[in-house]
Amino acid sequence: MKGIKKNFLITVLLLLAAVTLYLFYNMGSNWEFALRLRGVKVAAIIVVSCCVAYSSVAFQTLTNNRILTPSIMGFESVYLLIQTLIVFMYGDLTFQVLSGWGNFLLSVLGMIGFAFLLYILIYKKGKDNLYLLLLVGIILGTLFNSLSSFMQLLIDPSDYFIVQGKMFATFNKINRDLLWPSAGVLAVLLVVGFRTAKYLDVLALGRDQAINLGLNYNRMVQLFLVIIAILVSVSTALVGPITFLGLLVTNLTYELFKTHRHDVVIAACCLVTAVTLLSGQFVMERLFHLSIPVSAIINLVGGLYFMFLLLRVRKL
Amino acid sequence: MRTLILTLILLVCAVVSLFVGVADISIVDIFHWDAEKLALISISRIPRTAALILAGVGMSISGVIMQQMTQNKFVAPTTAGTLEAAKMGLLIFLIFIPTAGAALKMLFAFLFTFIASLIFLAIVRKIRYRNVVFVPLVGLMFGGIIGSISTFFAVRMNIVQDTNAWMMGDFSGILQGRYELIYLSLPAIIITYLYANKFTVVGMGEDFSRNLGLNYRAIMNIGLFCVSLTVSAVVITAGAIPFLGLIVPNVVSLLFGDNLKKTLPLVALSGAIFLLLCDIAGRIVIYPYEVPIGVTVSIIGAIIFLILIIRKR
Repeated sequence: MKGIKKNFLITVLLLLAAVTLYLFYNMGSNWEFALRLRGVKVAAIIVVSCCVAYSSVAFQTLTNNRILTPSIMGFESVYLLIQTLIVFMYGDLTFQVLSGWGNFLLSVLGMIGFAFLLYILIYKKGKDNLYLLLLVGIILGTLFNSLSSFMQLLIDPSDYFIVQGKMFATFNKINRDLLWPSAGVLAVLLVVGFRTAKYLDVLALGRDQAINLGLNYNRMVQLFLVIIAILVSVSTALVGPITFLGLLVTNLTYELFKTHRHDVVIAACCLVTAVTLLSGQFVMERLFHLSIPVSAIINLVGGLYFMFLLLRVRKL
Repeated sequence: MRTLILTLILLVCAVVSLFVGVADISIVDIFHWDAEKLALISISRIPRTAALILAGVGMSISGVIMQQMTQNKFVAPTTAGTLEAAKMGLLIFLIFIPTAGAALKMLFAFLFTFIASLIFLAIVRKIRYRNVVFVPLVGLMFGGIIGSISTFFAVRMNIVQDTNAWMMGDFSGILQGRYELIYLSLPAIIITYLYANKFTVVGMGEDFSRNLGLNYRAIMNIGLFCVSLTVSAVVITAGAIPFLGLIVPNVVSLLFGDNLKKTLPLVALSGAIFLLLCDIAGRIVIYPYEVPIGVTVSIIGAIIFLILIIRKR
């Protein structure tokens, strides 16, 4: 426990250092403007970090492994399909037809609606096999991706850049009006999430053990699935898809904090995610000069790290 | 008997496929020896139909081998990262040596698919908890990772939309002189047919196959070689065709059982028929335009696959 406290402290300090570096590095003469611009990005990064951290940790506990993330379940495909469809229909008029708010609400509702339909479909059939739920989600995701690619073929290349902008997560054009409501939703869910984190400790023991210990397994799994769906939808609609971020940060967290208490792991994971995103954003701005989306960098690093993990471990 | 019926259906589909298209060609024209129309048939229609049949046979047979080697019904080029790897090979080739010839392009795609298949098998062997659905999940994640690496390069080169277009499974660009690479899958298909039983034994595990006197490594590598060759040849000529290797073997095994020697010809024939039908449908739906076959197969395939996995338990 002592080592964990020390690591926790170090991570907090790292985060503070990262925030300070990001906010104040090379500020230029108009420091007020720079600070406001960067402040919004930092706030967005923290909101997204908490969403990704909680949803990934909870999801991995539910599915009992460390190599999946909730976003593969089809959320991002739904998001991309909605974005492609909008551009496909309205072309370069997209921004006039649909305000930032409209797009945000449409995406969030689309993704949450998709998740609920999926849950109902699987649970109504009396099949409480989570892997089945995932596989159905992924297959639907593949289907949506094909439909999106087909529309993307037909879209005018100049309009396509609107879609491409949505394909990668970015913190450079955060809509300030959307940030605070998202933070509100997140705050409420995090309160609920932390109060129920102890149930995750029990769920981690596996289905049979959890039932044996008196937990209403299906109810609990459904509760967490709902929380996960909302968190993933909000963060995806706010900045865009970052598929492998959750994978990278949960595994990093478990490496650094050798504990299975979920309240500790989740809190630590939020910090680790924020540090990862901030450094990714910093590298992207200073090293690549904004030429490549931060999510492409993180997916590359996360993907390579994941391959390394898969090949290194003895047993999965 | 079943083989005969399926062969007849395949022939009918192939003939229909020859005479569907924007240019109005009928069988009568052949007898009239209309030179212009005959040229059209030999330059565009016959290559297209041949490529469709080969791709259909190749992709579904690859699915069977992968399912036998992993002993998992849900493993196929779509769910094992194989398609993504072929895409990546092609992308790297196009970025770094775009002017080199088609043979080198093939080699790139082949090498990437082969290495990815090796890695995937290594991962599968490590999975302790052999849930049927877990293995394809890991495979899909694996594919996603390969995809994200390719995307990184595609974004750097600013060719995201183009790569997207190249990869979309589509037979409309197939012309004489531009599709012959797909014949490379033919030897792979023949080898598979000869080795079918051995792949099943290899799937039972290393010790078991040693016990029966098989060279485990060699057979495993031959299987991977065939799959990689077929998949990369198809991806290069026509683009990615998802789900085919997944649903055709599964439907055939539901209908006709699991005796590979008997069902393998049926799988091959049904794969070709399915692809021909999807292609004909794609050509008719928004005539005179075409829906790429990647889209039609993915819609029909996804629906069939969902029915399969939901009914299975």
